[in-house]
Amino acid sequence: MTASVSPTNSAPDSLASRLSAALWRSPRLLLLLLLAPPLLWLGVVYVGSLAALLAQSFFSFDDFTAQVTYELTLSTYAELLSPANFDIIKRTVTMAALVTIASAILAFPIAYYAARYAKGRWKAFFYLGVMLPLWSSYLVKIYAWKMILSKEGIISWAADGLHLGWLLDAWLSLPVVGGNSLSVSATGTFLVFVYIWLPYMILPIQASLERVPSNLIEASYDLGGGPGKTFRHVLLPLAMPGVAAGSIFTFSLTLGDYIIPGIIGTSRLFIGQAVYTQQGTAGNIPLAAAFSVVPVVIMAFYLWGAKKQGAFDAL
Amino acid sequence: MTAAVTFRSVSRHFGAVKAVDSVDLEIAEGEFFAMLGPSGSGKTTCLRLIAGFEQPDGGEISILGQSANGVPPWKRHVNTVFQDYALFPHMTILDNVAYGLMVRGVDKAARHRAAEEALELVKLGGYGARRTGQLSGGQRQRVALARALVNKPSVLLLDEPLGALDLKLREAMQEELKGLQKRLGITFVLVTHDQGEALSMADRVAVFNEGRIVQSGAPEDIYNRPKTRFVADFVGSSNILSPSLSESLSGDRRWTSLRPEAFTVDPGNGRLSLTGTIEASSFMGAVRRIALKVADTTIHANLPAGEPLPAEGTSLTLHFAPEALNPLEDAA
Repeated sequence: MTASVSPTNSAPDSLASRLSAALWRSPRLLLLLLLAPPLLWLGVVYVGSLAALLAQSFFSFDDFTAQVTYELTLSTYAELLSPANFDIIKRTVTMAALVTIASAILAFPIAYYAARYAKGRWKAFFYLGVMLPLWSSYLVKIYAWKMILSKEGIISWAADGLHLGWLLDAWLSLPVVGGNSLSVSATGTFLVFVYIWLPYMILPIQASLERVPSNLIEASYDLGGGPGKTFRHVLLPLAMPGVAAGSIFTFSLTLGDYIIPGIIGTSRLFIGQAVYTQQGTAGNIPLAAAFSVVPVVIMAFYLWGAKKQGAFDAL
Repeated sequence: MTAAVTFRSVSRHFGAVKAVDSVDLEIAEGEFFAMLGPSGSGKTTCLRLIAGFEQPDGGEISILGQSANGVPPWKRHVNTVFQDYALFPHMTILDNVAYGLMVRGVDKAARHRAAEEALELVKLGGYGARRTGQLSGGQRQRVALARALVNKPSVLLLDEPLGALDLKLREAMQEELKGLQKRLGITFVLVTHDQGEALSMADRVAVFNEGRIVQSGAPEDIYNRPKTRFVADFVGSSNILSPSLSESLSGDRRWTSLRPEAFTVDPGNGRLSLTGTIEASSFMGAVRRIALKVADTTIHANLPAGEPLPAEGTSLTLHFAPEALNPLEDAA
């Protein structure tokens, strides 16, 4: 070795290298520079518009002049709780809850298979199978479902072929869930919601199940717990954060959606549709704002409960 | 008396790998049995076959005289202490220990009482309300033990139970486990790759290699009379003498093994000897370990540490009793 080792890098001090050195010495400045744009975006555009929305809901709408009265009042919230509007809230929350429960029941075995058994190629196939529907257009999928659920669709056709048409007709003749065909019934809305949001339930459950060491299952078997008891006492409690995380998605997405119930289902409104009609044709911005506050409040309570369940550890 | 566990030519293959290859085994009731071998030798698979986590591809397993083939783990009167304990993180220590009784439908007061007793047995009385995360490795180990023992199993399986503990704790637990086994009279089956652990605790040891049992017997027999080069080398690292070197010593042309502690500097009477150059000499506390180059073989000898010895690089003659030369079954 002839060259002596210099204590610092002997490359010429360009402006860029001096800048990077300065930023390296003050990491807080670097962090501030990196975070400023997203913070401005989140703070002003996102939280700001939410605040504006909240403020709107405390104004009222004059039905005669069709003008917004800019005076603070709770009358819009009183209107929200009128029977007709409160029905919309109840309908939406019930639908969101049912969609969440059905998604959890359907997603669990799929997630369990993916977490415990799928390896290599099959795991890739699982991810593709779950994610692929998310990549195609939401509207295309919904219209495809409209065809599937229609009177001439494949479900009616299959039911007739299996001589089960009477069962479908009996179901459709029921009040609330029934209708002329599946595509104009609440059942149809429910089916499409479950289809569209299912991946959001599968993925967090799968993530939480991946984290359950397989020797805990073996320990439960070893101690005399059969598959049923092992599921109830070990697997389900440990996967619960994942179920709670998934339910945040399915529940909130169903609460806010206005396209699916508009295309598939009855003419009864959901919260999203109510917001859409109030602010659009009616121009009743305060009531629309009050309607959109409902899912925010419900989700705030839901997230608070989910946090206690440890749902955020599974995201 | 029926055997606690019997294997009749049991095999378990994973694809082309013969994890367990036609193993015959008989573990007596009340015995402390150790399965010793390097990793991948099939000892853990044997344990999992007894527990029921694996099903044999061939052969017959019986537990207490009853065929266990096709019986799921939750229907076997066998409990396991898992290598990394496998405690349930969402339960308290008491609920962990009481789990086996809970799934059997024992009422809450009775199972908590039994769990508390089991915790006292492993010297963790009063720890019931804690969470698994609040315990040290050694304490978790004891909880895992209590959780298995509370079910009063016929056979207790221990999968490398001391592997994760530090040396001091490991030695203390070895004595404790052995004492516990004698007191409770339960059949213990221990899986370990640590020959010291197997020899010190077990009544009988089976040495595994490549899916087969290469030798089984009392710890003394395994240690003093290894049958093959593999056992001689794996258990206590014997010197393996080639057929030609053995022939020059005893006149018998075959592989032999010789324990490092068989050597003395003192010539004694009627003793055989080996002369070589000291390659290395290291102080090990109670003994000094000498590497002696004899022809093209390196012989290791443990000599009392106080003994005066010539310097490294010089010649030394070591002596040993003729009966210390242990003949091996390997083909010469």
